[in-house]
Amino acid sequence: MKPLDPRLLRYARATRGHLLVVVALGIATAMLVLTQAELFSRGIARVVADGALRSTLSAVLAALAAVIVGRTIVAWLQDSAAQRASAIVKSQLRARLIAHTAALGPDAGASRAEVATLSTTGLDALDDYFGQYLPQLILAVVVPFVVLARLLPADLTATFIVAVTLPLIPLFMVLVGKATEASNAKRWNALTRLSHHFLDVISGLPTLKVFGRAKAQADSVRRTTDQYRTTTMATLRVAFLSSLVLELIATLSVALVAVSVGLRLVDGGLDLRTGLLVIILAPEAYLPLRLVGARYHAAAEGLAAAERTFQVLETPLPVSGTETDLPDLRVGGSVRVRGVSCTHSGRPGTAPHAVDFEATVGQVVVLTGPSGAGKTTLLSVLLGARRPERGDVVVCGGGREVPLSALAREAWRTQLAWVDQTPYLFTGTIADNVRLARPVADEPSVRRALDASGLSAMAADRRIGEAGTGLSAGEQRRVAIARAVLREAPLILLDEPTAGLDTETEADILATIRMMATNAIVIMVSHRPAAIAAADHIVTVSSSEADPLEVHA
Amino acid sequence: MSALRRVIRLGRSGRGKLALAVLLGTLAASAAIGLSGTAAWLISRASQHPPVLHLMVAIVAVRTFGLARGLLRYGERLTGHDASFRILGDLRVATVERLERVVPTRSATDGRTLSTGDLLARFVADVDGLQDVWVRVLLPYASSALVGLATVTLVMFLSPAAGIALALSLVAAAVLAPWVSARAARGAGARTAPLRADYQSQVLDLLAGSTELAVYGAIESRLADIDHLDQAMTSAEARTATSAGVGAAIATAAAGAATWAGLWFGAGAVDSRTLAAVSLAVVVLVPLAVHEHFAALTTAAHQLPALASSAGRVEEIFQLPDAINEPDHLVDAPAGPFGLRISGLHARWGDDGPDVLRGIDIEIPAGSCTLLVGPSGSGKSTLAAVALRLLDPTGGTVELVGSAGAVDITHMDSDDVRRVVGWCAQDAYIFDSTIEANLLLARPEATPADLDRALRAARLDTWVHSLPKGLHTLVGEHGSSLSGGQRQRLALARVVLADSPIVIFDEPTEHLDETIATALATDLLSATAGKTVIVVTHRPELFPEFDHRADLHDGQLLRR
Repeated sequence: MKPLDPRLLRYARATRGHLLVVVALGIATAMLVLTQAELFSRGIARVVADGALRSTLSAVLAALAAVIVGRTIVAWLQDSAAQRASAIVKSQLRARLIAHTAALGPDAGASRAEVATLSTTGLDALDDYFGQYLPQLILAVVVPFVVLARLLPADLTATFIVAVTLPLIPLFMVLVGKATEASNAKRWNALTRLSHHFLDVISGLPTLKVFGRAKAQADSVRRTTDQYRTTTMATLRVAFLSSLVLELIATLSVALVAVSVGLRLVDGGLDLRTGLLVIILAPEAYLPLRLVGARYHAAAEGLAAAERTFQVLETPLPVSGTETDLPDLRVGGSVRVRGVSCTHSGRPGTAPHAVDFEATVGQVVVLTGPSGAGKTTLLSVLLGARRPERGDVVVCGGGREVPLSALAREAWRTQLAWVDQTPYLFTGTIADNVRLARPVADEPSVRRALDASGLSAMAADRRIGEAGTGLSAGEQRRVAIARAVLREAPLILLDEPTAGLDTETEADILATIRMMATNAIVIMVSHRPAAIAAADHIVTVSSSEADPLEVHA
Repeated sequence: MSALRRVIRLGRSGRGKLALAVLLGTLAASAAIGLSGTAAWLISRASQHPPVLHLMVAIVAVRTFGLARGLLRYGERLTGHDASFRILGDLRVATVERLERVVPTRSATDGRTLSTGDLLARFVADVDGLQDVWVRVLLPYASSALVGLATVTLVMFLSPAAGIALALSLVAAAVLAPWVSARAARGAGARTAPLRADYQSQVLDLLAGSTELAVYGAIESRLADIDHLDQAMTSAEARTATSAGVGAAIATAAAGAATWAGLWFGAGAVDSRTLAAVSLAVVVLVPLAVHEHFAALTTAAHQLPALASSAGRVEEIFQLPDAINEPDHLVDAPAGPFGLRISGLHARWGDDGPDVLRGIDIEIPAGSCTLLVGPSGSGKSTLAAVALRLLDPTGGTVELVGSAGAVDITHMDSDDVRRVVGWCAQDAYIFDSTIEANLLLARPEATPADLDRALRAARLDTWVHSLPKGLHTLVGEHGSSLSGGQRQRLALARVVLADSPIVIFDEPTEHLDETIATALATDLLSATAGKTVIVVTHRPELFPEFDHRADLHDGQLLRR
């Protein structure tokens, strides 16, 4: 991870303006530090070398007070600006993240739960990146140069010592970082494994308790943690050498500068005011570099969240065709699936494997096959949510034949109704949820759709909570079927529409599906005997590799 | 904060190392400040052109401080980490010990068990994160307090007024500034919280239903709604920015004021001849150096609110009541063979939850097979939990019926009860380890022949022998490299190995395909032939051969 990821500038434009503000404030800080050192050295030297009384210092003291007020204001501005910028940057990233994830569809690179966490709390970690890390990073670049520029006319020897040792710090950071990278990664892995083991024990406690093994776990956890400590301490002794070297460089050079300045003061080669200026400024050159390393810890989490966001944003959107002039499915329409095979990451073979069938208007086609055979994937292909790795789907109607891949996705979806295995219902009323399929539908049509889906007893204005809370699984599925009824689409895709329903309701729903099929194509995944009995055509879907583990089970 | 204080008491074994780390940290900071102070004195004195010999002590001191700081810091970091790991061990052990008594618990409000994945993962992350309380908060604060005390004493000795100013400024930097920051953050959080909650539920709704929305062409309008909310939330957050910088401003002002006061009071003391002129630079530069060290406290304090809420969540779990009350006078199990007699049983989860079981009477004779049938939520699993002595009844009894009498299981040691009553759940936990380790937890002293018999009974032997690593094959997290049927069979083998006279199967065929479920159902019963078997299921058709059947509905038995 880079300290300042260029993608942050690209995806969140607000970062650019903020960066300018931070640089301006960094320069202001450096100048104030410089002025403060000048004033302190002048004030002290006047008293010590010239024997001046305090009353003659009023100008210096007043100027110092002004500098301190200035630094206070800059500190305040820095934090406020960081907070404001962070709020806007997070908003820009969130908006892109959500829109992109929604556009990616079901096969998004990240799980929806992860995106939900990222977009609500995950990106908040950027607050610390903007508030603590970024300003320090800019100071680490600006301050050393400003200090060196001031030291140069004051004292050549001190300038030389600082100029030679200062670059050693980033150099060593990189060198030592590279040298300990492997051992750090190993340590990190060990820590992750340890956390995982602990989580595994905690998750399995009820099972361990049943087998009378739970009380023994405390010892086992103590033992593994202790083992981890012993091995890790050995590697830390080496890993921490890096910061030892850095600290030594920073403090020893300051000590060297102080001694050299002291000796030249004795000789009279230097005056006290310059000497004080040099020893006040020398540590200021090293300070921001030391702090930027220490604060990386605070920034890492935010950068990791941003990194994950960028990964999602860089997942390419599924390609869509451009043809918007659709074949008219209602006029002798059919959908031809030809040798469709799909691959899945992390799984060998294809599922479904080489599926062939044709479904025409007026037909109910039922897809069956063992779980994992790829039935739901096949529906995704028909939805236009993913493309098959082999084979294709041809849409026919009104005397035209167009491959599905050539059709514009948005246009194709106007022809579809769809009921998922676990349909999702949104917060709102039942009618709102049904109207998703046709927002302009009037109340009687919504009522009719509900009645046709076995929900005649359900009030259309009943409110439901998030994710359909308040309805049983069967009721949720029936609301989704009502959506499909209201849609009046020429192609209806159903994934296990009657699973978990009692026989009577199942028969009602199947009758509705048959009715919808009079002027539409219905393709339905189901295992239920009643559904299979209602089919005009049964297609058995299978994967290329039968799961060898399940054979004898 | 009080939860934090209670949690701090848990880290016992790291205390010695932590004290050492505080000492080393104090010395390291003192070296840095000493370097600043002696350098200031050295230069002031040198400007009076004394013989170089008179400066030797200061020169050596400056070099020593320069060298010592890095070494001491190194020591501090090492011992601090050592302490942190020891404390981590303490926290984990305390957690396991506490949870062992609490599980299986479930929230009375939403019925979620603690074993719900995300809830538990967060809890474990909370426990592991708490080690930062000691090393990232207590350690810097303790060493800062000591260093602050030492420097205030030193400056006080040179110029009492400057010393008092320094003391006040340090308190402002260490306590007032973080407090103001935290207050501002809390205020901002409270103002944006309702907007955030609204935004969050909208986003979750959109993401969970994104395919529905995409298919029905409703994504754009939803995104526009969410964008509206986001704008409101962002401007609310941006409005709180003004107060966000006040804490940092206080810390900066305090550091500036302390040095300014050093020059003001120091110069005054030189005027009145109570301070040697060569020490003036010390009175000014030492406060500058000590404030540099205190600046790190802002970062330390910044983590406190998050740590406090972690501690609060951990505390909440720790304060859950024990799952069951162990009896004072233990009664031994009667002699077998064993049956169960359930009479007038009432039970619920949590003190104020609704009664899940409302007056159940079932007689389960030794050696019989009983089906416990009912839809989800009817109380079947709760009944199993009571019989396993994982949950106390609120009324009625469960008795273990032996050949020579019956014993109320609440009079027995719960581990003894579970030696007699075994359990195989639908979500039987499979540990991320080898097949062998998963089996052995049922009976650690089992021989390879025992394992083989158990695998054969569960009809896993052919498969395990066909694996290149056999019993030493890793099963993955939650047994993810096994199929659903294999996970259930592994759990079955475990129960066979445990060889308890009574076995309860809790929805053993859930989430399995029809054919696999049917085969498994048959094998379950043959593997446990001769035992007293209770099968909790909502699919009784899979278990055609049973002796008794009880139908549960809404916590009561249906008369058939």
